[in-house]
Amino acid sequence: MTNKIAQDWRLKGQRYRLEGEECPHCKVKIFPPRDICPECKQPAKEPYRLSGRGEVYTFSTVHTPPAGFEDYVPYTVALVKLEEGPMITAQLTDVAPEDVSIGMPVEMVTRRMRTQGDEGTIIYGYKFRPLLHSVSN
Amino acid sequence: MRDVAIIGIGQAPVGEHWGIGIREMALEAALEALRDANVEHIDALYVGNMVSGEVTGQEHLGALLADALALNPVEAMKVEAACASGAAAVRVGAMAVASGMVDLALVVGVEKMTETLGGDTTSALAMAADAEYEVSQGVSFVALNALLMQRYMYEYGWQRRDFANFVINAHKNALTNPMAMFHQRVDADRYATCATISDPVGLLDASPVCDGAAAVILAPVQYARTLSPAPIRIRASAAATAPIAVHDRKDPLALQAARDSVAKAYRQAGITPGDIDFFELHDAFTIMSALSLEASGFAERGQGVRLALDGDITLEGRIPVTTMGGLKARGHPVGATGIYQIVEAVLQLRGLAGPNQVAGARLGMTQNIGGSGATIITHILEAME
Repeated sequence: MTNKIAQDWRLKGQRYRLEGEECPHCKVKIFPPRDICPECKQPAKEPYRLSGRGEVYTFSTVHTPPAGFEDYVPYTVALVKLEEGPMITAQLTDVAPEDVSIGMPVEMVTRRMRTQGDEGTIIYGYKFRPLLHSVSN
Repeated sequence: MRDVAIIGIGQAPVGEHWGIGIREMALEAALEALRDANVEHIDALYVGNMVSGEVTGQEHLGALLADALALNPVEAMKVEAACASGAAAVRVGAMAVASGMVDLALVVGVEKMTETLGGDTTSALAMAADAEYEVSQGVSFVALNALLMQRYMYEYGWQRRDFANFVINAHKNALTNPMAMFHQRVDADRYATCATISDPVGLLDASPVCDGAAAVILAPVQYARTLSPAPIRIRASAAATAPIAVHDRKDPLALQAARDSVAKAYRQAGITPGDIDFFELHDAFTIMSALSLEASGFAERGQGVRLALDGDITLEGRIPVTTMGGLKARGHPVGATGIYQIVEAVLQLRGLAGPNQVAGARLGMTQNIGGSGATIITHILEAME
């Protein structure tokens, strides 16, 4: 996988802060941002930052990775259903594969995603770990 | 609009062909199709292909193959829709012939996947998914299917072993298909003990990386009979899309694009699932077979696996699938796959499928899936009286 410096820079708001959108018409929360509400099809560009809390909808432990992720196997990927509604694809961290289950509460953390040798950029982004303690708000 | 028929077919053996380039392999299938249709001249060439740029370093396949086939100055272009590129090219060809702008169209699907080491091909295939929000997370194409399979097993209570018959059936049918990549039986024990790629997907849940090419010639039905002794009518050709990323689909297990494309196809043909004699489905992964059977009206939600367990998918069953080995055992050279499915359906409808013949087959359906379900193209073919 080649360096895509502009792409990595452009996505920093999403990767570091889960910056999505809220539809001004039907109030649906949107992540990743797409500027058109997937529900009511109206323009939707209001920034909205997601809490990063959710639960595991499904998961898989990868043993044969795509190029660029060879050094990290085995790792567990998941679809996480965020509490505001959207689903997100992300790796799980700080948990052994055999301890993962569907429905498990998780929260977003910032982690190193991958490095690209001595010359390339180090890419950081979101992963999800088991919820450390329940937050009452 | 004119009705469209298939008047010629050709296919190259699927396998790891390190000694053959993309040009030669496409040529083999295309020349056989031209011979089969007994035509020398065509009006347009459409090429189904996904990863030639990334894997072979060759794009512009329309011009490449028009030149290689000595068909210049024929119009030619590549059609890309990930793993559904083959069916997409056939659909473009069918639209061109139906419109009256083209009389004879040659459609070739070709894919060389063994030019590079495994990780590079895996990465090229992953380009069918969302680069910024799926692939960037280390999710391979296999992993996306694993995520679906895991959720399916959780929601409906199936075990991995319940999927075994999709694989056993495909490998059994491939034994007598000389074009198939694999000619070996798989039993339940071997399926159960294979290596895990991305849990719960094992090696034998997944179709192989391979090379292949297949071709069809399309003509208006009104001329087809004078050109071919056994033309096959395209009763329906329907494509639909769903969000490219699995996480953006409201109901990831619904395979909504299949539901939409199949509904359109049944409407075009004026038939119901019960009228279909066999179904060349897109068994890139065992989970896709189950989801496709459900979305196409052959099983209720969560019950696609039941058809495999009950033996309904065999050549003698209620709805035979992967009659020549499917993606699993014939092989899945991605951009060629949709055309192999159609070539095999034509063989069935001509009554020339040999030991794999579905008795009395009159109406066959093929379904080609791009990505994890974002593009789904369904064709219904019929033997002409």
